[in-house]
Amino acid sequence: MAEAAVRCLRDGRLEGEHAPALAVASTLQGLVIVAFDRSPKVYLDFMRRRGLDQNALNRCVRILDCYSDPIGWKQKIRSQQQQESSADLCSMNKENVTVFRNVKDVDKLMCSTIDLGRGFEGEGKIYFSIAVDSISSMLRHASVSSISSYLSNLRSHGIYFLPFCFPYHLEVGTQCPSFVLVIYSYCRCFAPAIILWGYSATWNSVDCRGTRENYTGSGPRCEVIPYVQLRCYSSEVQFNLELSEKERTDKANVVLPFEHQGKGEPIRIYDGRRSLPEAQRDPNLTSSTLLDEVKLPKSATPKGEIHYIRDSDDEQPDSDEDPDDDLDI
Amino acid sequence: MEEYGDGDLLSEAMGSGARVAVVEDRVEAPGAFVLHLLLKRALAGGGAAVLLALAQPFSHYDRVLRKMGCNLSLHRKSERLHFLDLQTFPGGAKGGAISDSFVRLYGDIQRAMDASRTGDNAGRFTVMIDDVSLLEVAACGSVDDVLDFLHYCVTLTSEMNCSLVFLIHEDIYSREEGYGLLLHLRYIADLVIRAAPLSTGLATDVHGQISVLNKCIFSEQRAKAQRIWNFHFRVKENGADFFYPGSRH
Repeated sequence: MAEAAVRCLRDGRLEGEHAPALAVASTLQGLVIVAFDRSPKVYLDFMRRRGLDQNALNRCVRILDCYSDPIGWKQKIRSQQQQESSADLCSMNKENVTVFRNVKDVDKLMCSTIDLGRGFEGEGKIYFSIAVDSISSMLRHASVSSISSYLSNLRSHGIYFLPFCFPYHLEVGTQCPSFVLVIYSYCRCFAPAIILWGYSATWNSVDCRGTRENYTGSGPRCEVIPYVQLRCYSSEVQFNLELSEKERTDKANVVLPFEHQGKGEPIRIYDGRRSLPEAQRDPNLTSSTLLDEVKLPKSATPKGEIHYIRDSDDEQPDSDEDPDDDLDI
Repeated sequence: MEEYGDGDLLSEAMGSGARVAVVEDRVEAPGAFVLHLLLKRALAGGGAAVLLALAQPFSHYDRVLRKMGCNLSLHRKSERLHFLDLQTFPGGAKGGAISDSFVRLYGDIQRAMDASRTGDNAGRFTVMIDDVSLLEVAACGSVDDVLDFLHYCVTLTSEMNCSLVFLIHEDIYSREEGYGLLLHLRYIADLVIRAAPLSTGLATDVHGQISVLNKCIFSEQRAKAQRIWNFHFRVKENGADFFYPGSRH
């Protein structure tokens, strides 16, 4: 499924435009991950599992770690304990992980991001991608305007083309009008989720939308890639409420009792004894009463009539008999 | 999980990979008993824990856990349990900034953790907060400070063998404006345990239903495992029973 997503994103690329990091990753020159929500180890493990070896990781992946100590508390505690003053906001603790300690300062964040991107070895122009995980966490520390200028700066930076993806959380980022982010994106991947307990539990499909008119030449591009086929459970019940595809077609093909009448055939009314055409054919029956119930659709304006013939078992009108006296209670 | 027998549905549903567990409850179905069970489980088998108690004094937890067969006073003396009584947590009341109080609190947790690591107890460490809603009250409603603090607690899980358990009252956040904290917690949680009253109405022998959502997406073995569990519970003096609907009586 990842391949399909990559293909979808890459096919829509025009000269001078880049699809987001998802697509670029296959021909990775450099990737800077600005990590807010997860530990750098998670990303490195993930990429290792996807077959990138240590050399490749060292060569083309840099992580700006805004997760471990985003507002410098750990530094503060350490300096209180050891009575040392270290004003260093960034520190390199591993080969490709840089810890950033003041995420409220978006300008410094911008500089650090670009510096990491410049650090890639290469000849001539270096293309690298930036993945921000996630904008909604950034928004907790900085204002919408400063972040939009951060994104705008990245995008219009002279030498580099800097595509990035925003795994932003629509629900959490309530103070952030999400269109601010959409404006800056060439392509938007949206993962609608099945709703469990009123919040998202897992991806159901990935919806890729190009937001530029020239993306395909004809208009905004929109494609929905099914991500995982999920059995949908409601949170309150233990059994599956969803129908399979076959069950759905079978259900659609069922002719309901009131649907098969009036298609040129005689309208039959069940008389509780036997079917009417049979009764008509039966010479032993005096079928005059039964025939009353058969209306052939001859005219364009059929009249409706109800004929009622009292049965011998029926109660006589005005009888004194208790209708329920045969009940044994 | 060995403590409660093999058939304990809650342990089965929780699995073993979850680092951040959020327990949501409501007035009609208090979820504190889940916290007590998890505290007992955390201290069993050589583990250590720090309990940030904003809701109840130590004597309460001591009494409850004693009935469940776990002596908190003993654990506290042996420094396996670090009890931080935050019922009088200053927040921003004493003139200092709220964030400074949280920095100190985080420092306390880190010290407790370091102390338990240097000792003989090299087992798992658990940080419990009872409850996050009161933490927000203590922070004078400053959600950002609470979230910063919780984020730092979460970073502990990736550095050391540590897990977190947060209790939060879901019904406080039913209005839209106060929704942020609950949503954030749900996002950072690997495991959401929700206690709710029975959807079918009241019953004398069933106290409510539990829904467990396991979100450990990055661990491979969980990929095929069940993600969502629903079952009923009955709280007893010495613990709780968990069972599927209709499997009792």
